[in-house]
Amino acid sequence: MVTNLHFPTAKTDSGGVTPLFTGNDWDFDTVRRIHDACEKIAGEELGLSWYPNQIEIITAEQMLDAYASIGMPLFYKHWSFGKHFAQHEAGYRRGMMGLAYEIVINSDPCISYIMEENTATMQTLVIAHAAFGHNHFFKNNYLFKQWTDAEGILDYLDFAKGFISRCEERYGHHAVEQVLDAAHALMSQGVHRYPRKKRPDLASEQRRERERAEHGEQIYNDLWRTLPQKTAGARPDAALERRKALLELPQENLLYFLEKAAPRLRPWQREILRIVRLVAQYFYPQRQTKVMNEGCATYCHYRIMNSLSEKGLIGEAAYLEFLQSHTNVIRQPNYNERGYGGHNPYAIGFAMMQDIARIVEQPTEEDRQWFPEIAGTGDAMATLRDIWANYRDESFIAQFLSPKLMREMRLFHVVDDPDEADLRVEAIHDERGYRKMRRSFARQYDVAWLDPDIEVVDVDLEGDRRLIVHHKALNRITLQADDARRVLQHLADLWGYDAVLKEVDPATGATLAEHSATARPIFF
Amino acid sequence: MHIVDRRLNPGGKSLPNRQRFLRRVKDMAQRAVRESAREKDIKDLGKDGRVTVPGDGVREPRFSRQSGTGLHDYILPGNKTYVEGDRIERPPSGGGGKGSGQGGEGSENSEDAFHFVLTRDEFLELFLEDLELPDLAKRRLSVVETEGLRRAGYTVSGSPANLALTRTLRNSMSRRIALKRPKPDEIAELETRIADAKGTDPLLPDMKLALEALRERTRRIPYVDPIDLRYRRFEPYPRPIAQAVMFCLMDVSGSMTEHMKDLAKRFYILLHIFLTRRYRHVEIVFIRHTDKATEVDEETFFGSRETGGTLVSSALVEMKRVITERYNPNDWNIYAAQASDGDNVSSDGPTSTELLRAHILPSCQHFAYLEVGDENGPRAGFVEHRTTLWRTYEGLAKSGGAIAMRKVNHRRDIYPVFRELFGRKNARAEAEA
Repeated sequence: MVTNLHFPTAKTDSGGVTPLFTGNDWDFDTVRRIHDACEKIAGEELGLSWYPNQIEIITAEQMLDAYASIGMPLFYKHWSFGKHFAQHEAGYRRGMMGLAYEIVINSDPCISYIMEENTATMQTLVIAHAAFGHNHFFKNNYLFKQWTDAEGILDYLDFAKGFISRCEERYGHHAVEQVLDAAHALMSQGVHRYPRKKRPDLASEQRRERERAEHGEQIYNDLWRTLPQKTAGARPDAALERRKALLELPQENLLYFLEKAAPRLRPWQREILRIVRLVAQYFYPQRQTKVMNEGCATYCHYRIMNSLSEKGLIGEAAYLEFLQSHTNVIRQPNYNERGYGGHNPYAIGFAMMQDIARIVEQPTEEDRQWFPEIAGTGDAMATLRDIWANYRDESFIAQFLSPKLMREMRLFHVVDDPDEADLRVEAIHDERGYRKMRRSFARQYDVAWLDPDIEVVDVDLEGDRRLIVHHKALNRITLQADDARRVLQHLADLWGYDAVLKEVDPATGATLAEHSATARPIFF
Repeated sequence: MHIVDRRLNPGGKSLPNRQRFLRRVKDMAQRAVRESAREKDIKDLGKDGRVTVPGDGVREPRFSRQSGTGLHDYILPGNKTYVEGDRIERPPSGGGGKGSGQGGEGSENSEDAFHFVLTRDEFLELFLEDLELPDLAKRRLSVVETEGLRRAGYTVSGSPANLALTRTLRNSMSRRIALKRPKPDEIAELETRIADAKGTDPLLPDMKLALEALRERTRRIPYVDPIDLRYRRFEPYPRPIAQAVMFCLMDVSGSMTEHMKDLAKRFYILLHIFLTRRYRHVEIVFIRHTDKATEVDEETFFGSRETGGTLVSSALVEMKRVITERYNPNDWNIYAAQASDGDNVSSDGPTSTELLRAHILPSCQHFAYLEVGDENGPRAGFVEHRTTLWRTYEGLAKSGGAIAMRKVNHRRDIYPVFRELFGRKNARAEAEA
């Protein structure tokens, strides 16, 4: 997996360069020196651009705290975070789980939490990884630019925390908890996947109207008048169309739909739904860029650490310590090995970044065929920076996973079709398999493919106000029935009337399963 | 670039989350805690607060795809054997093994039960919840509480020592402003102008008149008037006594086996934990008796064995002595727990009854009698044998004495019995009986 590990010749004795630190100990001065040295390399050699850094040193307990609140420095209170804290704490205390070396937050300034227990080498690695690698990615990737507001997030969370605690005071812990429970259950159905169309303002509306009238005048033809009129009869359809337009149906953002259209929610309940929805939206890009984000950060720390070592700024002992933890991080067990838990995003990300750098600098004939636009262009960092800015995992893998890497990783594609007795090996790493496999592989990183596709289809406004929700069961994979029922119950509670969830096979239109729930009177 | 040292920040940031979590799982955790108390040594109670609750109540449902249904694609690394078109036997049980690479591996199982660790305080809180001290407040209000003084605003009368200066002067100032009492500056200024003025100044008489008026007004409106005065007010309030003493009485004669002592000890420990949760300061007095009683330390109390007859009244006499000497019932909440196998010299019955009725029970908050029996307990089918002491106390209880009695044979019964004695409902029922 690790392709280019090399041991640079030690230069500590040559240019009179003193290392940044010796031994494991560090103090704030050391951290500052490390940061400045990394900053120089990140700017001059890698050409990165980043939000100003804020490095915060925390204890293990504070790290557990941060885990419990999804890494954010401040967050509203809810029992589920307490549950996660207890879980992590139990794991940590029994020694079953190590803690992360750092947590980095997509904010401006970019906050990196680093653990006090790290050695000086680890602090260097962590700063290079988080404060420059992740930071660059957060600032430049199009998804983060489009969906997250790095400057405003901390203020917004502060507002959210205050708002929810005021609600708890006013309406009681239990009432708030119930809304949050329900909202959390729908959290992954609470994101907009595409930027919405801006609502037209009056001026543009008038302009459009005028243009339409002009156009009508231009193409006016008296003959049209003589055509027979369409007989009236499309009335019910018109009502349906109007209702759908009014409620913005079909709507896949369930939380948004409830916030705007649930008839019986009180304003503070709507606001809580909104808070949960916005938090979900904030994390949405992170889910789509796990491989790239980690790949970018890992590649950056690898380059920076090597460069520091070449300059003699870190000693050989420190370099070996770095290599050890680096190889641990990018280890990818094979499918039949113990400890295999899916693909390691660090491993794929780093391997792909390395591979792209190789293609740019020393392409083979195969690379020239597969990647004519980047092969041999010479400037690896420029290419990588461009990729980091303009792709997400799915498009990144679909575009840049090279046959060489597929061979190295020995990827193969297995299909599990319930209609067949056995699993089938659909493709392996050979000429015929490359493209097919790459397409399927990329799809596994497409959240639209991973998350169940659930949308509100209609509301029976004239009848019993039943909410009709469809799950388009891709590949006929149905929802886990037990959980689906529970979530649907939450949905019905928020909606205030019955809700029904139909699981539909998009290929045939057949209903695979159906769940329904009746609203409990807990919110009203 | 900033470096911030967060290590000094106060910890426990997610404590509110934890409290919410505990509130959520309270019922289940309570059940688990009590379950564990039955199994565990009472000494170790709460030391290792590991608790397992069913995952149902803390489940966070999401829409997720079922792994066993429909068509799944897996891309896996590390192929060394397969070529395209190979068939692999389906791993058993819905895609464990290699098939589960992308599926929600283990996530269902981990939801089944949820393990977490309680602190000792949290453990005891759950353990002793809805227990309360017997409801004796009506009968001995004066004993449970003593008078204290606390600040309660201001009053217009009081002793000079309690004069509230700030408040008084604030009143004085507002009165002076309201009534337009001349300021000393104004008078002084007028005086200098009069002094400076020539004898021929036409304004001089007016000025003198004005000065006179000012002085007159100053005299009429005093600087501090009696109506300004405010005194700090104190009011008495009933202050609960925050200390308790626990008497452990035990028969140590030869008929008490190790098992019986063990039962008694467990009961005492529970009582001690319970009292320490309720009172700031708890003392324990150990009195053991055969046919004569002595106050001893804990080690001797549980450890040593004596020979001799059994005279319960001796222990009661000793307890009465200790109370009179050291624990004034007005200052101390007194709890007593007596453990015995029930043997007593039959002639001692009336003496004990009288001692309890006249001296011990009136000064105690609670007197519990625990009759410890053989591990095998009373065999089924036999009429339960009632011991001498039990009969004595039963008579006392029937005639209205506030004495709680239970019989325990096995250590798993200790905690239920303890709950029975101190449970909320129970206290009410006993009060009614």
